[in-house]
Amino acid sequence: MDFFNAIVQVLDSTIRLSVPLLLACLAGLYSERAGVFDIGLEGKMLVGAFAGAAAASVFHSAYIGLGMAILISVAFALIHGFASITHRGNQIVSGVAINFIAAGSTIMLGQAWFQQGGRTPALAAGERFEAIIWPGADALRGVPILGPIYSELISGHSVLVYLAFLAVPFTWWVLFRTRFGLRLRAVGENPAAVDTAGISVAWLRYRALICTGVLTGIAGAYLSMVQNGGFVKDMTAGKGYIALAALIFAKWKPVNAMFACLLFGFLDAASIRLQGTPLPLIGKVPVQFMQALPYVLTVILLAGFIGKAIPPRAGGVPYVKER
Amino acid sequence: MSTPYAKLPAWADYVLIPLINLFVAFVVAGFVVILVGENPLRAAVILVEGAFGRGQGIAFTLFYATTFIFSGLSVAVAAHCGLFNIGGEGQGYIAGLGIGIVCLAFDSVLPWWLTFPIAIIAAAAMGALWALIPAYLQARRGSHIVITTIMFNFIAASVMVYALVGMLKPPGSMAPQTRTFLEGAQLPKLNWVIELFGAKIRSAPFNVSSLLALAMAFLVWVLIWRTRLGYEMRTYGHSPKAARYAGISEIRIIIIAMMISGALAGMMALNPTMGDQHNVALEFVSGAGFVGIAVALMGRLHPVGIVLAAILFGMLYQGGAELAFEMPAISRDMIVIIQGLVILFAGALEHMFRPYVQALFASLSPKSVGMEAVKGKGA
Repeated sequence: MDFFNAIVQVLDSTIRLSVPLLLACLAGLYSERAGVFDIGLEGKMLVGAFAGAAAASVFHSAYIGLGMAILISVAFALIHGFASITHRGNQIVSGVAINFIAAGSTIMLGQAWFQQGGRTPALAAGERFEAIIWPGADALRGVPILGPIYSELISGHSVLVYLAFLAVPFTWWVLFRTRFGLRLRAVGENPAAVDTAGISVAWLRYRALICTGVLTGIAGAYLSMVQNGGFVKDMTAGKGYIALAALIFAKWKPVNAMFACLLFGFLDAASIRLQGTPLPLIGKVPVQFMQALPYVLTVILLAGFIGKAIPPRAGGVPYVKER
Repeated sequence: MSTPYAKLPAWADYVLIPLINLFVAFVVAGFVVILVGENPLRAAVILVEGAFGRGQGIAFTLFYATTFIFSGLSVAVAAHCGLFNIGGEGQGYIAGLGIGIVCLAFDSVLPWWLTFPIAIIAAAAMGALWALIPAYLQARRGSHIVITTIMFNFIAASVMVYALVGMLKPPGSMAPQTRTFLEGAQLPKLNWVIELFGAKIRSAPFNVSSLLALAMAFLVWVLIWRTRLGYEMRTYGHSPKAARYAGISEIRIIIIAMMISGALAGMMALNPTMGDQHNVALEFVSGAGFVGIAVALMGRLHPVGIVLAAILFGMLYQGGAELAFEMPAISRDMIVIIQGLVILFAGALEHMFRPYVQALFASLSPKSVGMEAVKGKGA
């Protein structure tokens, strides 16, 4: 029974850890499917986290915080669009720039406004998203097997967690069952065809980036208002890049993205859990190995050893009307 | 929008437009300073005085600039071959492993002028090796070099934690860093050069690796513009198709360019380890690899431009430290913002002001942008 409880706990933290990855990964999905590389996911999450926590603590409302997180994150997505769509700049350079601006400005503004070494004030009860306890969760806790699964795994997460997992089928529906989704995918594969059909390539890509901004904003809000109860400097800690890795791992498909993020979340949860405990058969695994595993897996995948990851064809190429 | 990016006089292309971009980046940075309630002009004065006001400041500025010359050159060499090496951070970090092993092995037996060349080779080899796998995967299997080099940055970070905690840390010590290097692995300071001009320096880490940086800048210039290999790299960077048609081996040129780039990034680790801290510690690169991106873009991928841009960023780092001291509302992270803005305006938005400059030149002197390609004066 102890073993079972341990597994439930690891799975529970897997869910918690994979939510920001999942939101950021879906965010990247929108922009990359539209043909805009976005390595600025990290930065957009970071500004989202900061804006969310800052607004929540000033206005004493979690929802105002969430709104602000989305707003600022979308603004950064639009900067990326302005550089890489309107001015046809290098998308990767623009993404790198956004990551730096985000990293620097969150710490600096945080220090200037709150004077807590780059942190925002700790969020009180109403200023962060609370866990939702599902009906009967406490009553069923004692039931063997199903009880812990229901009360630990399914119940007891914040609204943003459920939102993240609902975003998966929603994204699938948008991309593969709506006209907007069809056009969005088309603009990532063959923008000239979309242009010929009389649809604005630039406006479509801008809309895709707005979707990206919304989702990274929520991801950031989750980090600072659910997982942590306040903003801490550099709190994204490379999650934007792991999300990017997950996106490649998922071959740019929403449902795969969920599984990839759960896998990477599980590796993270397991590495925390297994710190110092030897595994059967393998012996003691260094924590650093577990931490590096998502990156190693992505490189192996990119090398084409586990199936081939084929990116959207027009990805990274600014669209030029003439020629 | 159909104006092709037509000719401008060379000086406008290489000096005027980068300066406009830089200026705009600083204006936006000025707004951030206003946002935190300080006076941007006073901040600029403190920054420049902190960097160049005293001999001490100049020495620190040049110390920081040295690291950035290496990382800027690293980005530039890859960029000439059409590759975006974003992995300088990891390549520099992992080079610390080579430097650490060499220094720990030889610092008690050899003098610095023998340890230094061995450490250079070790650093360059480790950096090149760390760039080799992404390069091979790009060349052979078409994996996107940007993504793989980012992944290798993270893998390098994990490897270094493992190596420092598990292998290099002296037994019994808690801090995850090597022991302090003995005299045989400490680079001599160059502070006396600045003192020749009458300045007084208490202590600053400006050291002989700066000379290595300048030598590398010259060698990169020779490589890119004066050798067959450099020509092939530039050809591939301009047009992979043309290069293939000319019989240039794609795989060979990508791997060579990335290994040179990685070696330069690796050498960046010499300055902070052997030149300043005299040990290899966690996170000793602290973002210098990424600064290289800004430096290379600002310097227009030319070694002379890179050296100037590196000094500019060295000034920002040193002056930024003074600024954080003088104006508590502004932390050192201001530099990170400026760095981001420079990358944005000098890199991603480099063509934003071009049409206006073109229009200006066309109205002032039609010849300067005309087909005859009149060089020089313009306005």
